[in-house]
Amino acid sequence: MKQPEPEYTYPTYHRPIPATWWLRDRKYFLFMMRELSSFFIAVFLLIYLYGLSLLSKGQAAYGQFQETLRSGGFTLFFVVAFIFAVYHSWTWWSIMGKVQVVRLGDHKVPERVITAVALAGWVVASAVVLFVFTR
Amino acid sequence: MSAKKITMRVTRYRPEQEDAPTEQAYELEFPDDWVVLDALNYIKDDVDGTLTFRWSCRMGICGSCGMMVNGEPKLTCAAFLRDYYPAEIRVEPLQYFPIIRDLVIDMTDFLHKLKAITPWIVRDEEKPLAEGEYLQTPAQLADYKQFSMCINCMLCYSACPVYGHEPEFIGPAAIALAHRYNLDSRDEGQEARQQVIASSEGIWDCTLVGECTEVCPKRVDPAMAIQRTKVATTTEWAKSMLMPWGKQ
Repeated sequence: MKQPEPEYTYPTYHRPIPATWWLRDRKYFLFMMRELSSFFIAVFLLIYLYGLSLLSKGQAAYGQFQETLRSGGFTLFFVVAFIFAVYHSWTWWSIMGKVQVVRLGDHKVPERVITAVALAGWVVASAVVLFVFTR
Repeated sequence: MSAKKITMRVTRYRPEQEDAPTEQAYELEFPDDWVVLDALNYIKDDVDGTLTFRWSCRMGICGSCGMMVNGEPKLTCAAFLRDYYPAEIRVEPLQYFPIIRDLVIDMTDFLHKLKAITPWIVRDEEKPLAEGEYLQTPAQLADYKQFSMCINCMLCYSACPVYGHEPEFIGPAAIALAHRYNLDSRDEGQEARQQVIASSEGIWDCTLVGECTEVCPKRVDPAMAIQRTKVATTTEWAKSMLMPWGKQ
């Protein structure tokens, strides 16, 4: 018959985690910046969705909204959001080699090659989008 | 012994005499080939016999001597004093774990998590011994070998702020080990393990800090194991939604 596992009781000390734990080390700081980037990307998307909703209210309403977006505050926000979006995307694509196993027959494609292809694909796709919307 | 002198600041916690951990400084001379564990053993043997810490093999195999060395989770048997000299060295118990005494942490939570992922080969039906071993090709071995190198040192848990903030997270080593057995061609226990690692306390708690991989002394790369498990789990889920008839 299976014996129940013994339970031992003894005093232990649980150390509190300081709120500034992520400032202690550059790696944790960068991680938190990546997490923070989601906030800026989410706000950008909300602004974008609001802009889309204004399209149904006519050209004047949308034009006024576009004018508001040209203000200094919004421009600064978009620059910061863009930097965060690029950083987040970079961290996303650069781990692709670790995440995705690619085999060609018996050969396993090296992680570096997968990451390089993913990053190149990201740059090309971004360039295509930029070209389509700015030509 | 060389003339090099170094100061070690070591966490002390003696629950019978203090409510919270304190720090004790020891100054010692050390030869060039000493690691932090050698220094701790020297203190224990010749300076202060009350200092308590875990250790065993002294060669990076047993995973017993993990501690925080200057804020980094390290195997103290592989942390050379000369690499820190002439600065002071702060030695603390692995962070995010409760302290039992001095540098000894309570690993009960980790052991429960380890057991929960069924870290052994599971067969639907064992074949009789007379039929011999379960054979495996070198390529099949290579699929999981990296993830089988884990020595349960818990450095990855100590580097993981997710585990620190959400102690219910199953954690890097346990998920890496689950991945190891899931990749093993002899194993048939993936579905049972999936209940644990695909739960809310499993892979989806991981936000890919990546430090588990950085501190792993055996290059197991738990972060990779977790991300690959996420991909595999999502793929399986998508398949089951699109082709519900495909699975028995």
